[in-house]
Amino acid sequence: MTDGTGVAGEADPRQRLRAEQLRLSYGGPLVVDGLDLEVAEGTVTSVIGPNGCGKSTLLRALGRLLAPKGGSVLLDGERIDKMRTREVAKVLGLLPQSPQAPEGLTVADLVARGRHPHQTWYRQWSSSDDAAITEALAQTGMDGYAERAVDQLSGGQRQRAWISMALAQGTELLLLDEPITYLDLAHQVEVLDLVRRLNTERRVTIVMVLHDLNLAARYSDRLIAMRDGHILADGAPGEVLTEQHLAEVFGLQAMVVPDPVAATPMVVPISATGVEHHPESDSSNHPAEVA
Amino acid sequence: MSVDTRAGTTKGLAVGGLGLRLRWRTILVVGCAAALLLLAVAAHIGLGSYRIPLGEVFEVLLGGGAESQRGAVLDVRLPRALVGVLVGAALGLAGALFQSISRNPLASPDVLGITWGASVGAVTVIAFAGSYGQLSGFADGVGVPLASLLGGLLAGLALYGLSWRRGIDGYRMVLIGIGIAAVGANLVFWLLTVGDVQVAARAMTWLTGSLAAAGWGDVPAVALAVGVLAPLTLFGARVLGVLRFGEDTARGLGVRVNLSRTVLLLLAVLLAAVATAAAGPIGFVALAAPQIALRLCAVAGPPLGASMVLGATLTVCADLAARTLPGVELPVGVYTAVLGAPYLMFLLIRSRREARV
Repeated sequence: MTDGTGVAGEADPRQRLRAEQLRLSYGGPLVVDGLDLEVAEGTVTSVIGPNGCGKSTLLRALGRLLAPKGGSVLLDGERIDKMRTREVAKVLGLLPQSPQAPEGLTVADLVARGRHPHQTWYRQWSSSDDAAITEALAQTGMDGYAERAVDQLSGGQRQRAWISMALAQGTELLLLDEPITYLDLAHQVEVLDLVRRLNTERRVTIVMVLHDLNLAARYSDRLIAMRDGHILADGAPGEVLTEQHLAEVFGLQAMVVPDPVAATPMVVPISATGVEHHPESDSSNHPAEVA
Repeated sequence: MSVDTRAGTTKGLAVGGLGLRLRWRTILVVGCAAALLLLAVAAHIGLGSYRIPLGEVFEVLLGGGAESQRGAVLDVRLPRALVGVLVGAALGLAGALFQSISRNPLASPDVLGITWGASVGAVTVIAFAGSYGQLSGFADGVGVPLASLLGGLLAGLALYGLSWRRGIDGYRMVLIGIGIAAVGANLVFWLLTVGDVQVAARAMTWLTGSLAAAGWGDVPAVALAVGVLAPLTLFGARVLGVLRFGEDTARGLGVRVNLSRTVLLLLAVLLAAVATAAAGPIGFVALAAPQIALRLCAVAGPPLGASMVLGATLTVCADLAARTLPGVELPVGVYTAVLGAPYLMFLLIRSRREARV
């Protein structure tokens, strides 16, 4: 697909997901107003920004969970809301923020549900489903937990189980809404290592919402910084995580130094005196934004 | 057919041609419940003031047997047992659907007001169409079931309409259902007070739910309804499994959440209304059968097939007790609770878990 809008300086990577003049709201005031975005194939993109900035809302719209008030989302050039939702589910997988599984559901059953878009009422199970599930469990190292109940796993294991489900879905694109929130640091790194492996080994294109700026910088090809429903900065981690952007986006006074391990930018906060209170963005209290 | 024993995937019986995957444990539960159901039906037919040995019951069913036995079995006992099987299956299935859609183990046709809607319909006909509680043939044979069916469907429609707010929310649905049940119950009590004593007596008989009057005339309508609705519902089992997740996850997996919920809710209302129209409000089956099935099969949500078979088994066993236990014949609804409640409590205590869906 050559639509001439590839990232400047690169040899026209295929744009998989695209938002045009997107306007989003939950029935009240607009949370996102006139946003444009393109996601190139094979990249890891992280959306960052303060609470209530519309990043989860944007991700929900990209995953056709929220119908836009204006503008449109295009998946491979086709309007996502005009496509059959099952066809979308074969290409694009998503993991909501703190997803809920019914009590007592086993990991194997959870992951098996990921095959849903590939099944029909007359063909509910095939050997390719078995293969996909076995592989998804192996990829996340959850093969030893197949018969365990999801609600009895630790937070990190549970998140890996959910990612296994998304893997079993076998999609080329994956949207993750705060995949490491509520996990301890070791499990955060573990989940993000898995995300990176999916990207490098299986060429999965990933868009995720993250709160941890340093991990976002380390694990992403591209950062999108949002505030009040607008994109304030967009580019490689080194371009986005600057002291000036941090002040503009978060109202945070901080130093940015090179990460001694990965050499990616690392944010060292100084003070939050610049944080302004935005009553209008706080009042858009959709549960997905209260984190 | 092949047996899959690989680690890491859902083990079970793969029915190759259909591409179906069934769990061993579910197959075992359904098999045992079906065997118990068959025994209960045979006992239902054989026991009573006129006893027929088990072997001869099957002989009669297969077309043999003495003339006197054929009369008792085919004219009186078999239709009653059949209506019991069908009504119980419909209630078990309806309960499993309601509980899965609302993600609430308490959601049954009684709690959600469907049975009360049906009761309003039936009692209205009993109060106004008859004289002194006696109904003529048409009002009795067609009027009451039809009015009850309409009442149940209207209550279901109200439930759907009032619960809808950019989609069906399970919690909201249960609250609205409790409201509808309260309105229905009060309408019934009002009808009972304005009618005379005979009307009230006759209405009360209907309101406790009874298979005593069930005959061949009731079989075709119920059989047709269950025969059409049950397969449709079972096809939806796959979607139901995904709907038990949160809405976002279900959508992400390519399920049209609102459409699926609407269709499944409609099927549940139809099943519950048909069952109630045929036998009156038989309590507890729709609540208990899915929860018992869920615990016996050890799965995360009420399994449809097992709920259906267990609903039928519970109903027929209860009616067997109603018919054969000494003393005054009590309506079947009394025994469904007597049999089902302790067993459900036993399972609840044993599994040491909260009621789950």
